[in-house]
Order: sequence, then C-alpha cells, then structure tokens
Amino acid sequence: MNDLMTVVDWSRWQFALTAIFHWLFVPLTLGLSVIVAVMESIYLKTKSEEWLSITKFWMKLFAINFAIGVASGIILEFEFGTNWSNYSWFVGDIFGAPLAIEGLFAFFLESTFGAVMFFGWKKVSPRFHLTATWLTAIGASISALWILVANAWMQYPAGMEFDPAQMRNVMVNFWDLFSGIAINKFFHAVFSGWALAGVFVIGVSSWFLMKGRRVDFAIRSIKTGGWIGFIGLMMTLMTGDGSAVEVAKYQPMKLAAMEGLYNGENGTPIVGFGILNPKKEYDNNEDPYLFEISIPKGLSFLARRDFNAFVPGISDIVEGVDATADGEKINTVSYAERIERGKAAQEALRRYDVALKANNTVEQESALKDLKADYPFFGYGYFEDVKEAIPPVGMTFYSFHIMIILGGYFVLFFILALFMAYKKREVLTKSRLAQWIAILSIPLVWICSEAGWIVAEVGRQPWTVQDLLPTKAAISNIASTSVMITFWLFVVIFTILLIAEISIMLNQIKKGSLNK
Amino acid sequence: MTLECLQEYWWLLVSVLGGLLVFLLFVQGGQSMLLLTPKGIDRNLIVNSIGGKWELTFTTLVVFGGAAFASFPLFYSTSFGGAYWLWILILFSFVLQAVSYEFRRKKGNIYGTSTYDLFLFCNGCFGCILLGVAVAMFFFGAEFTVSRGNLLDVSAPVISNWAPSHGIEAIFNFKNLTLGFAVLFLARTLSSLYMINNVKGDERFSAYMRMSVIINAIFFLVCFLTFLGLLLTATGYEYDPATGVVSERAYKYFYNFMEMPLAAVVFLAGVVLVLIGIALPVFKNGNKNGIWYAGIGTVLTVMALFWISGYNNTAFYPSLADAQSSLTIRNASSSKFTLEVMSYVSVIIPFVVAYIWYVWRKLDMKKLTPESLENSDHQY
Repeated sequence: MNDLMTVVDWSRWQFALTAIFHWLFVPLTLGLSVIVAVMESIYLKTKSEEWLSITKFWMKLFAINFAIGVASGIILEFEFGTNWSNYSWFVGDIFGAPLAIEGLFAFFLESTFGAVMFFGWKKVSPRFHLTATWLTAIGASISALWILVANAWMQYPAGMEFDPAQMRNVMVNFWDLFSGIAINKFFHAVFSGWALAGVFVIGVSSWFLMKGRRVDFAIRSIKTGGWIGFIGLMMTLMTGDGSAVEVAKYQPMKLAAMEGLYNGENGTPIVGFGILNPKKEYDNNEDPYLFEISIPKGLSFLARRDFNAFVPGISDIVEGVDATADGEKINTVSYAERIERGKAAQEALRRYDVALKANNTVEQESALKDLKADYPFFGYGYFEDVKEAIPPVGMTFYSFHIMIILGGYFVLFFILALFMAYKKREVLTKSRLAQWIAILSIPLVWICSEAGWIVAEVGRQPWTVQDLLPTKAAISNIASTSVMITFWLFVVIFTILLIAEISIMLNQIKKGSLNK
Repeated sequence: MTLECLQEYWWLLVSVLGGLLVFLLFVQGGQSMLLLTPKGIDRNLIVNSIGGKWELTFTTLVVFGGAAFASFPLFYSTSFGGAYWLWILILFSFVLQAVSYEFRRKKGNIYGTSTYDLFLFCNGCFGCILLGVAVAMFFFGAEFTVSRGNLLDVSAPVISNWAPSHGIEAIFNFKNLTLGFAVLFLARTLSSLYMINNVKGDERFSAYMRMSVIINAIFFLVCFLTFLGLLLTATGYEYDPATGVVSERAYKYFYNFMEMPLAAVVFLAGVVLVLIGIALPVFKNGNKNGIWYAGIGTVLTVMALFWISGYNNTAFYPSLADAQSSLTIRNASSSKFTLEVMSYVSVIIPFVVAYIWYVWRKLDMKKLTPESLENSDHQY
C-alpha cells in the first residue's frame, strides 16, 4: 500500500462528493414532505379545489426530488463497504445496526406509501391517501433518525467495548447510541430541512407572483411554507445551540476549529465575522485572525452557559489543557502523550494476539490490562505528528460562520415573508425587490445547509470514529487510480443528473404557474 | 438464544431477503425488454406496469445490504472493499435506474426519453447479471485473504486484501456468469408474468408477453441447469465446528442437499412452482396467476441456495487464496449482543410485509389499461 495517503485522499473526496450531493436533496425531501402533508390535510378539511391543486403541484416537485435523493442515498451505504472496509469491520458491529433498522423501519414505509402518494389519487380513498402522504413524511424523518444516530455515534462512540480477540469494537448497550449528540443532531438536521423547504416554497411562489400568475395559490403556499419553515428554523437554532454545548463537551478540538481559537481564556469571545491568518499554526505566535469582529465572552456562554468559563483553543488542547463541565481550566493528556499511549495500546494488542495464538493466558491478561489502560487513545497510535490530529481549521471556521450568518438572515426572511403574506400582501405581489430576494434566497439556503454538514464532518477530522479510528486507517486496500476513476465517474453522473433535475424542476414550476 | 442460533437465524433472514430481492428483480427484467419494445404505448405500458414497484426492489436491495452489514460485517467489509469494481458497477446501474422512471417523460429532462430508457435497460441487464455474479461468489469463491492483525500495521492497516483486479475477475468468470444470466432470464420471465397479470384491455400486449415468457423461460432453464450442474459438482469449503479450521470437500453442495433434506425439499418445491408459474399462461390462455406461483417458487429456490451456501458448516464466502480466510456464519458475524438486538427489531418484519402486501393489493386492484395510463395523474 505505497499509495496509502493517495487512496485515503481520493476516498475522502469521493465520500465528501457523494455526501454533499445527497444532502442537496434530503433536506428538501424532509421539509417538503411535511409541507405537502399539511397542504393535503387542509384540502381534505376544506375540500377546496385550490388546495388540491396546491398539494398536487408541490407533490410533483417532491417526487422529482425524492427520486434523486433515493438514488444518491444508496451510494453512501455502498461506500462504507467499498471505500471504508476497515471501518466496516472495526465498528460494523455497532454501526451496521442503525443502517439495517433504517432500511426496515423507514425505507419500506417511504417506498410503499410513496407509491400510494404518487399513484393512488384515483385508486384509494382520500383519507387513505392522506395517511400515505403523512406516512411518507414520517418515513423520511425516521430514516434521518437512524442515519443521524449512526453519524452521531461516530463522533461520540458510546455503548461499546473493544474485543481484542476479534480486533473490533462490539456493542454492549444499544440505548447508549441515543446520546445527547444524536438527539440534537437528529432534530437539527430534520428541522433544518423544514426551514430549507420553507425557503424553497416561498422562493418558487415569489416567482409566480413576479409573473403575476396564480396569486392566491402563491400566497397560500407562502403562508404554509413560511410557518413550517419558521418553526423549523427556530427549532434548528435551538438544537444547534444544544449541539454546540455537546461539541464543547465531547469534541473540544472541533469547537476550537469552528472558532479559529488557538489559545483559550476565561470569558472567551465568539467571532461574529473574521478572516483567518493563513500563517497561523498551533505552535507559532502569529495572530489567528487578519480581521475579526467578536462578541465578548460569547463563546464561553455558548459552550458552557457561563460568561467566565474557560474554553480551550487548539494549542491548549494539543498541549493537554481542557476545561471541566463547569468551565474550570484543567490539565489532561497532551496530544504527544496520546500518540505514545496509542502506540502502547497497539503494542499491547499485538502482544495479546501473540499470546492468544500461543494460548498463554498469563500474558493475555497482562496485555489486556495494558490495552485497557491506553485504549481511549488507540487511534492516536496511527499518527507520527500531533499536527495530523488537528482538523482543517479554515474550512471548518468559514463553513461555521457562513452557516451562522445565513441562519440569522433566514430568521429575518421568514418573519418578513409571513408578515407580508398576512399584513402587506401588496408588497409581496408588487415589489420586485421582495420577490427577487425570495428567489435568490433559494441557493443561499442550500449553501447554509451544506455548510452545516461541512462543519460537522470536516470539523471532526481526522477521525472516522472519534479518538479510535482515524480516516487513514479506515480505508479499503484498493488502488488509488481505481478510486480516482470512480470519483470522476461520480462527478460526471452527478453533474448530468443535477442538470436534468434542475431543468425538470424549472419546467414543472413553469407548467404549474400556467395551470388554472 | 445462543450465539450459534442467532447466527443461523440471521442467515435465514438474509436468505429471505435474498429470495425476495430476486423475485422483485422482475422490475429489472421488464427494463431489460425496453429497447426491443417499440416506442409508444407498449413501452409505456411496460414502464408504468413495473414502475410502481421499482422502489420496492430498490429498497429491498438496500435492506439486504444493511442486514448483511449489521449481521455479517466481515462479509460486508471483505466483499465490498475487495470486489470494488463489481459492486461499483452494480451501484452505478441502480443509481441511473432510480432517477430514470421519474425523469423519462418529464418535460425538460434534457437527454430525451430514449436516454433514460437506455439507463433502465442497462440497469435491467447489468443489474441482474452482476447481482447474480455477486451471489455466485458465495459458491465459487474469490481470491482474498483476511488478516485482522493487519490493523496494527500503520503503513497498511487493511484487514481484507483481494486480487488486484478487484472484482473484474469475478465478472468474467464463466461459473459466476451462468448464475448471472440465469438471474437475468428469470427476471425477464417473471416480468412477463407480472405484466400478464397487471395489464388488461390489450390482448395483443398479453400475447406478446406470453411469447416473452416462453422465450425467456427457455434461456433461463439452460442457464439455470448449467449453474446447477456446476454447483452440484463443485468443491466447496467446510469448517470444523470445534476448531474453526476450514478444509475442502468435493461435491460439498450436493452433500449439503443430502444432509439437509429440508433444503432439498424447499429447493425442489421452489423449482416446481417456478415451472408451474411459467406453464400456466402458456398452456392455459387467459390465466394470469403465473407470477404468484413463479414468484413464491423463486423466493423458495433462492432461500434454499443460501441455506446450502451457509449452513451445515459451510464457508459461505470461500477464499481461493487462503482457505482459512474463508468467511463462515461463525467467523463473519456480529456479536451476540448485536444479533440479539437486531433479532428483537426483526419482529417488525411481518408487519412490514403485511402493509406492503396490503398496499400492493390496493394499488393493483385496478389494473393498468392503455386508457387508464393516459388519464393517470402521475405516470412514468
């Protein structure tokens, strides 16, 4: 495996590409399914033909988006095996279960009742159809639950222990998978989908208004999408805040990278806007920022609910400085020591393996004792330099701040959209500026959503499983050229499909605007 | 339950999912007929008849993969990471399928209906053949090694290593291809039977499908019997339950049938039901129930094949490079705790099957006709 790092890099690129592509469609599925279900519920209550027409229009867009979301989802499941086969063995005992449960509980629900939703208008009763629509929406959220439980577990591995005989981790407590990180992550992702779909509905409806077509249709859509999007965004903010607290507790390095914070202090400020200094390293005295606007003591409060709490920076953590749950500064294990102890854990496992094969129980027990003492740092044993254990700060920092700034913008966006829909309808129908802002907000909400995932996934590098399995030890033994070829094939296929998807969507929107 | 019982239970579930997946490949079978069917109403009838079920096949494939991952992670790790190109090609074909139904006749689809039909055709042909090849490796093996100790080699930490061709060799292996083509022609046969059942009001179309049943069934039987001959004369691998040591045994799969009479009975029953399903519409004009006989027969046959590949101390994924690296349901499975948790979860399976069946019946109660297709709200 001479090209180990090249394979790792290409595999990371391929997985990142697939995940980003998949996430273009998932949040819209999560949010639009709920919006459509609410619209159909209103139709069933009012029996209004206009609501039926509204429901069918958004359902068509949902169907187009749903298909490509399904297509891109299967790739991720395959890639855990094809590109990350070591990962699949090392933690497959724990990680496989949520994936299988997702399929059984969610995918069949979505696919079975999705078929009723799309084909059943004339084949089943209206009540049964509405039930199917809700079940499809619920199925999409259940699917998100299991995949986010699995993802959260990678960031906070709990409920398992290491089996040295098999050299893998095994599950010992299923319910530990539902950690605070998992719960926050689930609600954060699902509600962000509601917000994204809300912006999408408002943006598309504003285009109707700009063209002067189906005004009542557009206003009703804006009200429905606006409320669901607004509720979703508020819940996203709340769970995002909860996530930050969890990250501070369990992934302090990620939090430090999100803020570009190298040296912590009591009462650490939070950067509202900033430009990082590219010359800054964890071990030099350069200023971390070229420019920054900060809120005093903001990060301490965000992370610890205490304006004077200590929040460690990247250099602190590398040197073994951290904070207690109460925000007190403490000394822990430095990264240099973690690397040493990781190597010691691996050596102990090697000794155990030899003793097991020789049936030497005394040596097995001795090796096992050493292994247990150092196992929390097992993954660090794959590193030679502490630098390898620091995530890419720039990408994490900028993605986080883009997400936060756009998140703030969308609070204002929903408030104004709802206000105008109820009280200033003429502004919505007449103001080109308002209409353009709504339309241009559509790409912005996707940038915001993708930025969130980049924070989550880039910020936790270099780990696939926090502290236990680095990305470079999680891979498959394949030639880098093979992965390079498949990466470019995916680029071509994704581009082709995305162009077609957008074109079909635009055509359906245009067609929908002309329908009476 | 003991770990051994749980491993056997999960192999049973994997076999059930495998059987259902092969049955549901009738969707792919229909797709493989598209390019030979003239454009227009016939092609649209095929697409819309099987189109309502494509997601079910797709979901079953995903759940099959998920169940394999959860219950036998060493298989997932070894096969997917090793036979890279085989699985990637399967993946590509299914990705293209998933969008093609929804996109093919939508305005603005840019590449035209024929392109999406070509995608469906590719998935129909290659998806079936390659899945057949992947399953054939359960019997005929592959060149790989598994060494858990590699995890501690920082410069090359991968535990499973495969032949450098990474699955290409499996695709061009004659033995594997016999099963691949058997799956393809079975899927085409099942699809024709399904459309005889699902489409009404067009006698010419029904006659066309009856002819399709006859032609595809002949090709299926030739491929299947060749595969069966190779299987029953193949040397398999078995492990000593006490030590786990793997060794070769001539005619292993033949002996598995002899030593597991239930597997032999289920297999024979499955084959007979498939033949009845094929014969019904051919010899009894107007009979539309062939799909149910052949469908149940397919599930039973595939289940029995999985049983002889994994039960009776058989290595279900034989390594041709190092017999001791062969995967068995004992050495490749998840831990007892995980299998137990998953077993509790599996209680839901009958409910899932029940609601799928209920919805299927509900949607198929009104058969597809050329007129209903034209008046449909949502068509592919």
